[in-house]
Amino acid sequence: MNIFFKINNNKLYKLLKSLYNLFKAKFSQPLIGIILPVIILLIWYFLAVTETIRNSLLPTPNEVLKEILILANADTLFSHIQITLTRVFYGFIGGGIAATILGILTGVSPFIRKLFDPTIQALKAVPSLAWVPLFILWFGIFENSKVALISVGVFFPVYLNLMMGIRQIDKRMIEVANINNLNLFQTIRWILLPGIIPEWITGLRSGLALGWMFVIAAELMGASEGLGYLMIDGQMTGRPALIIGALILFAIIGKLTDELIYLSAKPFLKWKESLDTMQVGANNA
Amino acid sequence: MLEISNISKIFKNNKKDLAALQKTNLLINDHEIISLVGQSGCGKSTLLRIIGGLEKASTGFIKLNNKIIKKPSSNIGMVFQDPRLMPWLNVYDNIKLSILNENKKEQKVKISKTLQKVGLENCEQLWPRELSGGMAQRVAIARALVREPKVLLLDEPFSALDSFTKTNLHQHVKELWVSLKLTIIMVTHDINEATSMSDRVLIIKKTKPREIENSQIINMSYPRSEFKNIKYNQLIKKRILNS
Ligand SMILES: Nc1ncnc2c1ncn2[C@@H]1O[C@H](COP(=O)(O)OP(=O)(O)O)[C@@H](O)[C@H]1O
Ligand SMILES: [Mg+2]
Repeated sequence: MNIFFKINNNKLYKLLKSLYNLFKAKFSQPLIGIILPVIILLIWYFLAVTETIRNSLLPTPNEVLKEILILANADTLFSHIQITLTRVFYGFIGGGIAATILGILTGVSPFIRKLFDPTIQALKAVPSLAWVPLFILWFGIFENSKVALISVGVFFPVYLNLMMGIRQIDKRMIEVANINNLNLFQTIRWILLPGIIPEWITGLRSGLALGWMFVIAAELMGASEGLGYLMIDGQMTGRPALIIGALILFAIIGKLTDELIYLSAKPFLKWKESLDTMQVGANNA
Repeated sequence: MLEISNISKIFKNNKKDLAALQKTNLLINDHEIISLVGQSGCGKSTLLRIIGGLEKASTGFIKLNNKIIKKPSSNIGMVFQDPRLMPWLNVYDNIKLSILNENKKEQKVKISKTLQKVGLENCEQLWPRELSGGMAQRVAIARALVREPKVLLLDEPFSALDSFTKTNLHQHVKELWVSLKLTIIMVTHDINEATSMSDRVLIIKKTKPREIENSQIINMSYPRSEFKNIKYNQLIKKRILNS
């Protein structure tokens, strides 16, 4: 508190103004995104250090960091992250490819849509965890059943977005192709594909988010490795620092993988750039 | 010479037939401007789309210089009511869409020449979202003109624009018409626009008793004056209301 008394109003004003200008500058987006986590961290620190919430329930940030560092030093942290990432990766690829193929088919052909879509929509209504017993029965308790569960999570958003994207292609744009005598290939290259890429990317991003949700479900249910396993381990051995640490790692890695998709998609979305930079801040991690 | 001969168009909507055009006939000379007017839903766009080859007529045929038109061709350019620019392509690529089969060098020359004609030099790299309504419609006109068509079809191209931009673009289209020796067929619901811009006006009637021609051509003599245009306006309005 003393510091604030020493700075007179004028200086404080200048300080605030330069901070404000900093936010307005080029890097304002990431910086603004950091404000909330910092506030949460401060509140958390306050609650933990003053023991407003018991330490056995809410450890201090230091303790969480220490726990993560211990794991990192023992090299097991890396292998836990790697195994979880691998599961999400295969699930994402599997579910993503299946959804892309089916999404294109049902989007393009009314017949195939009438044939498949009601069934797919019905399957979508099945709660994700209801798949677990079946997948374990089919694929065993190891990797395959987990990857299958994650694929299911990834599948639906990708499928739905892509199908809707294709169906919503503006017929008037196809007319422009016709009046200019574009052949099928040219129509796909210049009109159909660029028109659906944004929907597809949106689907992939929400698919990935669901993939991360489902990997936790899979790992909570039975695993000997992975970030979800660390959480269960923390629960069993009464180490809240480990649970919170794993939670934070989930958030960070989830955010990073989402950013990876976003960045690789960016060249295709240049035409609506202004819209998308607004979305970056609003991403769910 | 563009020949519209005995064109009818029947849309079949769940068993109920809808006659959008009935026995429409018109001979259009090279380098004429014709306006199509009539109540909304009377078949103006349908006629234009048939001329452009986007829609098949139920009876009759369209001939351009004695060749029957069956599908879109580079001889006939079309501009729709909305600019219909692809939001994911910049101005240059949007125009390129109509000359994809030509080589890069030709494309470059033609596109910059056409952009100059419509008064949009230096706009090649802009995205559609960065254009005003008038600019976007000019790009759409450029996309139609870059194929060097003989006939330009305009379907209410000015109706979404404010009056200042509209007057401006009227002038511009008129200049293009002169310099490129185009034949222009233009749909409009603005009768002043029709009389001031065009040589003749084709009124399409809304009611279409079977077997009876449903359109009527109004010849307008030159030279024109403000007074004469007002007279023509009144005549056309009366004919449309009686239809
Ligand atoms: N593809 C279509 N299918 C069925 N009816 C149509 C179709 N296109 C136009 N029509 C009908 O034909 C009539 C003429 O339409 P249109 O040519 O668009 O009129 P307008 O003179 O307003 O441009 C309208 O009644 C419209 O509902
Ligand atoms: Mg119309």
